[in-house]
Amino acid sequence: MEYFLQQLINGLTLGAIYGLIAIGYTMVYGIIGMINFAHGEVYMIGAFISLITFLVLGMLGVGWLPLALLIVLASAMFFTAVYGWVLERVAYRPLRQSPRLAALISAIGMSIFLQNYVQVAQGARVKPLPPLIGGGINLMEREGFVVQLSYLQIIIIVLTIALMVTFSLLINHTRLGRAQRACQEDLKMAALVGINVDRTISTTFVIGAALAAVAGMMVTLYYGVIDFFIGFLAGIKAFTAAVLGGIGSLPGAMLGGVLIGLIEVFWSAYFTIEYKDVAAFSILVLVLIFRPTGLLGRPEVEKV
Amino acid sequence: MPPFAPAARGGNEQPTALLKVEHLTMRFGGLVAVDDVSFEAPDAGITAIIGPNGAGKTTVFNCLTGFYKPSVGRLTLSHPRRGPLYLERMEGFRIPQVAGVARTFQNVRLFGGMSVLENLIVAQHNELMHASFFSLAGLLGLGRYRRAEAKAVERARYWLDRVGLTARADWDAANLPYGEQRRLEIARAMCSQPVLLCLDEPAAGLNPRESSDLNRLLIGIRDEQRIGILLIEHDMSVVMGISDKIVVLDHGRQIAEGEPRQVRADPAVIRAYLGEDEDEDLPPEVARDLARDGGGA
Amino acid sequence: MSGARLFGPAWLTEGVKEALLQALVALILAVPLIGLKTVQEPGGLGLQTRWPAVAIAVACVFVGRLLLVIARHVWPPRPKAAQSPVVAARIRRFVRLLGPAAIAFALLLPFLPFADRYVLDVSILVLTYVMLGWGLNIVVGLAGLLDLGYVAFYAVGAYSYALFAANFGLSFWACLPIAGALAATFGILLGFPVLRLRGDYLAIVTLGFGEMIRVILINWSSLTNGPRGISGIPRPDFFGVPFNPSPAPDASAFHTLFGIAYSPIQRVIFLYYLILVLALLTNLFTLRIRKLPVGRAWEALREDEIACRSLGINPTNTKLTAFAIGAMFAGFAGSFFATRQGFISPESFTFLESAIILAIVVLGGMGSQVGIVIAAIVLIGGPELVRELEEYRMLAFGGLMVLIMVWRPRGLLAFREPTIRLADFDRTARARSEPAATVP
Repeated sequence: MEYFLQQLINGLTLGAIYGLIAIGYTMVYGIIGMINFAHGEVYMIGAFISLITFLVLGMLGVGWLPLALLIVLASAMFFTAVYGWVLERVAYRPLRQSPRLAALISAIGMSIFLQNYVQVAQGARVKPLPPLIGGGINLMEREGFVVQLSYLQIIIIVLTIALMVTFSLLINHTRLGRAQRACQEDLKMAALVGINVDRTISTTFVIGAALAAVAGMMVTLYYGVIDFFIGFLAGIKAFTAAVLGGIGSLPGAMLGGVLIGLIEVFWSAYFTIEYKDVAAFSILVLVLIFRPTGLLGRPEVEKV
Repeated sequence: MPPFAPAARGGNEQPTALLKVEHLTMRFGGLVAVDDVSFEAPDAGITAIIGPNGAGKTTVFNCLTGFYKPSVGRLTLSHPRRGPLYLERMEGFRIPQVAGVARTFQNVRLFGGMSVLENLIVAQHNELMHASFFSLAGLLGLGRYRRAEAKAVERARYWLDRVGLTARADWDAANLPYGEQRRLEIARAMCSQPVLLCLDEPAAGLNPRESSDLNRLLIGIRDEQRIGILLIEHDMSVVMGISDKIVVLDHGRQIAEGEPRQVRADPAVIRAYLGEDEDEDLPPEVARDLARDGGGA
Repeated sequence: MSGARLFGPAWLTEGVKEALLQALVALILAVPLIGLKTVQEPGGLGLQTRWPAVAIAVACVFVGRLLLVIARHVWPPRPKAAQSPVVAARIRRFVRLLGPAAIAFALLLPFLPFADRYVLDVSILVLTYVMLGWGLNIVVGLAGLLDLGYVAFYAVGAYSYALFAANFGLSFWACLPIAGALAATFGILLGFPVLRLRGDYLAIVTLGFGEMIRVILINWSSLTNGPRGISGIPRPDFFGVPFNPSPAPDASAFHTLFGIAYSPIQRVIFLYYLILVLALLTNLFTLRIRKLPVGRAWEALREDEIACRSLGINPTNTKLTAFAIGAMFAGFAGSFFATRQGFISPESFTFLESAIILAIVVLGGMGSQVGIVIAAIVLIGGPELVRELEEYRMLAFGGLMVLIMVWRPRGLLAFREPTIRLADFDRTARARSEPAATVP
């Protein structure tokens, strides 16, 4: 029971991280109907920028943790957002009218490029960061087994919820959100009624990248190690989360993220840790076969 | 006897229904797109399905050709060689393959990157697969496949001549002008040797001359091939000019069935089109056409 | 307006502005990741600054952009019209000549003066990718099924050769069909549940399958020896005669059979011809099947699946044949890979391999057999030339993929030859003087 509870907490934390990345996939897919293959790399870049900012702050001697966290958050979001923006301009926009396959190859090329760019610029070695936020609340203790909700986990979950709320308000109540929803329905029509489609798509990439950067920061803090290759697996799992929740649906992305996080943690805890990645892939396959619209997605009627 | 006419068929004995639609109902969630529609389509005759936009005409087609599974209803096709077939029980691609129901689409669906001739050869896929032992004979270069392919090319050539596209045989289908694409789609459907041909708005976007050519082609197909034709059309000059029978749908319900003359005078039809007691979003050009043709009756 | 004139023509001022703006963006991108490098220090991670590198990167972007602006002004891009028939005909003629010339060159290559061990090794590598590209082209180029897990079948082929050869002592030639059949079976098993998915979904599921097979290869140690891989895989022999420098007195070896001196390069040349023949077989098969009902149905399915269904074509079976046949060729290539390397491990079958093969197919121009050869030479042979710059190799590879796609979204050599022409058909029919087929 205690073990279960602990795993539940861990799963929720991991799920929050996946959910944040999944939002990037789901928004981009919703609008331009393609998988942003390089999104996992954007998240990885976010993690690296957070790490570097932490180190810079350490050198500058910013010791007060909440301030440091805020600065890291802002810096990671800003720089990663610029990466997201450039990514769209360079690799996607010129190909918007081209065959879908061309855009996909360009995205895969970008993913390979960014991965190796970081490898060349920062080295292939794993980057460790000593734990900055220790301690936590002991929820339960029995027979020497402690169920702990760490402060870091609280920060991750609270931050994710805060971002989600802000973000939902943004999508539902602002001009930008309306433009985004309109583009999701019909790109051509949206352009006809005077929505700046290019700008809307750019903004979508920027927001997605910023959220991925937050996820990157969380991972850096939570696991304490990152390398240039973390984007690939996290990207696939987050995409699975987006599909599971119903692609194009924001609450769906979050729900999918939490489910994938839970499944992965419980699978590792109760079955075999070696096959935990297979678990995520199997779920992806099963969902696509039996419920391609996902849990919260809109049903798609085949137009003949 | 015209070429490619199906072998001996039971002459003029009694007009049997080629297709019998009984109580066809199609629901999408809470929306009832087609509600208890029943009609018959005769052999060697043209049956038109008309009605305002959103009346459920294309949904009927999609049920008939296996793209949708009807919620309720029986669709019986009396195949001249295979006997009665229940279309609602058949898997989508089996309907054209076994029952011989061919169709065209409202927004033309050609194999755009392939040549005109290739489009027509692909339509004869099943026959060629059979002749080539699932392509194995062709892989080994046996004469059997060469002969089958030659026959397929001849059939394609016949239909290219009929629709006037012989000179375009080696063009990419996507490069044809719109009217020719529509004709090619009909030729492609005919190359699959159907017993029932379903045409979804074949005259849409055609100019008056092309439209009267189409009338002649359809009458020709009916009289020479002696197959059934099911037609969805808004152009009343086509509908009234060539149909042997008309079925009128409105909001998914069937409101009239009969010969063109009867249907034209039917008060329910006029009400549906002109919207006397309820305002409908019917396209003005349809109302105008109907009013004009109705006035002339 | 008049202000702009002070510095030169308006377009130049605009261009400089644009280049400055992009240089600024490049600066933002470069500062955190290039300017600050994380380095391992005794007390944990530390930072190293590299401002000159940032300056170089920013300068490169600025100058590059400016040059592009100038180039655009001097040679304005021609309006993109549909490819004119004249140009298309010229490309067609060129390709028709190129094909046989390339085959002749490939046949003579081992005997050309510059063909040393290194050149042959690179050629074998390129030809392996050409074969994989041609195999995947059946799935992606003809049938239009986006397969990102092609490497899984390559792995199945490699492991089945390794395991059958090691455990049952079967020869390469006996294993080749087994490997192909196993890979094709896997193709059907994996394909059956997922082939009704469309486009990108299919891509991501096949990617998942590819990764699953790799994870299984890593973890099923009792069969696959896990991450350590299988070594000591039998090398190929010349149809039963081994390449052996010192054969037993009563046994023969390749060099004694032909009465020539032993040289280790003989085996390399044999491997070269082996992969050349395998690749050409793949090509011949593809050229042939395109003109058959199955091949035409594949292409029709790529163009419009709904129209195919309305013509009575069974989409599932048609896709499955494409998937299985593509997988079979990957299986053949995998066997070759195993026998050439003598050692295989799961590390050889990562997603990157699938991406490279797919890139070769798409960059070459979907469905173009010659295009695939060119793309394989550019993508595989090109980076080999800069082997010394090892760490920049994949960086250049990714960048090249993006650039080629942006420059030519339809691939390097994108054109499609119809599988049958009415004019040609009439000519051959007359030549055979067969009477025009009578009508049923």
